[in-house]
Amino acid sequence: MTRTAAAPGHAVTVRGLTIASRAGTLVHGIDLDVPAGAAVGLVGESGSGKSLTLRSVIGLLPRGVEITGGSVGVTGRLGMVFQDPSSALDPLVTVGSQVMEVCRHVRGMTKAAARRRAVELFEEVGIPDPERRLRSYPHELSGGQRQRVVLAVALAAEPDVLLCDEPTTALDVTVQAQVLALIERLRVDRGLTVVFVSHDLAVVSQVCSTVSVMQAGRVVESGTIDQVVGAPQHPYTRTLLDAVLEIPEAGAP
Amino acid sequence: MSADLVAAAAEPPADRPGRPEHPGALVDPAGTGETDPREGSERIARRADPTWRRALRTPAFVAGVVITASIVVAAVFAPLLATHDPAAQDLLNGLQGPSAAHWLGTDQLGRDLYSRLLYGARTDLRIAGLAVVVPFVTGVLLGTVAGYVGGRFDWVVARVVDTVVAFPFYVIVVAVVFAVGAGEKGIYVALALVGWVTYARVLRNTTAVYRASPWVVAARGGGLSHGRVVVRHILPNTLTQAVVLLMNDVVFVIVAVVTLSYLGLGVQPPTPDWGTMITDGKAFISTQWWLSVAPGALVVYTGIGLSLLGDGIADVWRAE
Repeated sequence: MTRTAAAPGHAVTVRGLTIASRAGTLVHGIDLDVPAGAAVGLVGESGSGKSLTLRSVIGLLPRGVEITGGSVGVTGRLGMVFQDPSSALDPLVTVGSQVMEVCRHVRGMTKAAARRRAVELFEEVGIPDPERRLRSYPHELSGGQRQRVVLAVALAAEPDVLLCDEPTTALDVTVQAQVLALIERLRVDRGLTVVFVSHDLAVVSQVCSTVSVMQAGRVVESGTIDQVVGAPQHPYTRTLLDAVLEIPEAGAP
Repeated sequence: MSADLVAAAAEPPADRPGRPEHPGALVDPAGTGETDPREGSERIARRADPTWRRALRTPAFVAGVVITASIVVAAVFAPLLATHDPAAQDLLNGLQGPSAAHWLGTDQLGRDLYSRLLYGARTDLRIAGLAVVVPFVTGVLLGTVAGYVGGRFDWVVARVVDTVVAFPFYVIVVAVVFAVGAGEKGIYVALALVGWVTYARVLRNTTAVYRASPWVVAARGGGLSHGRVVVRHILPNTLTQAVVLLMNDVVFVIVAVVTLSYLGLGVQPPTPDWGTMITDGKAFISTQWWLSVAPGALVVYTGIGLSLLGDGIADVWRAE
């Protein structure tokens, strides 16, 4: 496949992306446009290919799964946030080291600078008492704090685009709302572009301005949140909306 | 709308994946999503329970350390502990029973059995210790690369491992020693060629598992290089298993060294070693049975010690 720069004014441009494994084709030639600075959602049930699409953008497809067609264009540096914060951190390494490691070996900072940066990042993602928390191991933190650490690790690489793979699914709902607010704040403060994958339209509508709905490896509907949530065109989108416990008011923050 | 969501969430779900322990952390009265600091320090205190203290509570580990240490001390301080030169012959006083001069008696050449046992420990432990190094390093290296890289390299390593495993251990070892020539060198070469497969196999599988683990993918996604991810985020997790395997392998290698010496393919006289001592004593098994039984019992004793140590280490690490 060809990896190019994204279209002008865009952070990510996906054209005719096809992903296949030995078992068959998993994603059937989808298109996705993410304007720079925007927040774009990718919604669908598990197995719809949304996570694979996200993984192919950053080039981390699982073994045996390959891009067989189309192109992914990316402008800027990528960072990724994963679904389960308890497993996205190395259990044997303190969380501070995991942040500092990226600062030192990706950004080329000195040890002392990396440490200062790690404290700043912990403050930025809202971890209290960052100096002390640097020395914690992942299992000593709550799920919400762990996801904040994952965000800090992703931000340590100073990304332009943040890829979020169901970042709130493994959290309980009160913590979910805080992490979503944090992602939104980071997007505004840092001018990040956010690509947000979730099975939950309600969650996506909290963060994103536009959304693509995926089913069985195809985009069945895309548009602004207002259009998709307010006037769903595809029956599958309606199914997803029905699955949301509380249908959010369209467009409300 | 977020208010609706939060309201719907007022009752925290009973069970959430990824947060099995510390149910207290699920209920968050302040709604801050952060852990109570008191709870945090309590957790740190629990963690601070040091590894060595847990190790002392593991009977297998303690017994393994005691037994292994006794043999190692005997081997290291053999020159101080021995009462005679292990090679000094006294043909007039051969095959003596235990006495004040010779605590465990003498062999057919009048050499002091007790001193020879001590020096035998020295020989066999040294050879076993050296003979596991090369297989360990090779196996860990090949297994890790195969598991991480996958593809053709993995395939080739897996086929070679299968081929080596297909031969009975002693058949291939004896064949190699014959080819290289009997003696210490033969043992090292044979075990280097054969011993790595177990490490390679285990490391290949565990590495492949950790390679797909979210934190490794996350570390890669964060922009860290392959080398760094392997050294920092995969090896620390897989090495524990390799070390436990190593402890068990030492037992196996000691038995192999003794067996090869017993067959006349290992340590060559006059260097004292348990295997040759068992062979030498064989002719007198009905009258001076202790000449063979004593070194044999020490092999068993050492084997038990190292096995317990390996199991103990595994237990201690598993608890973490």
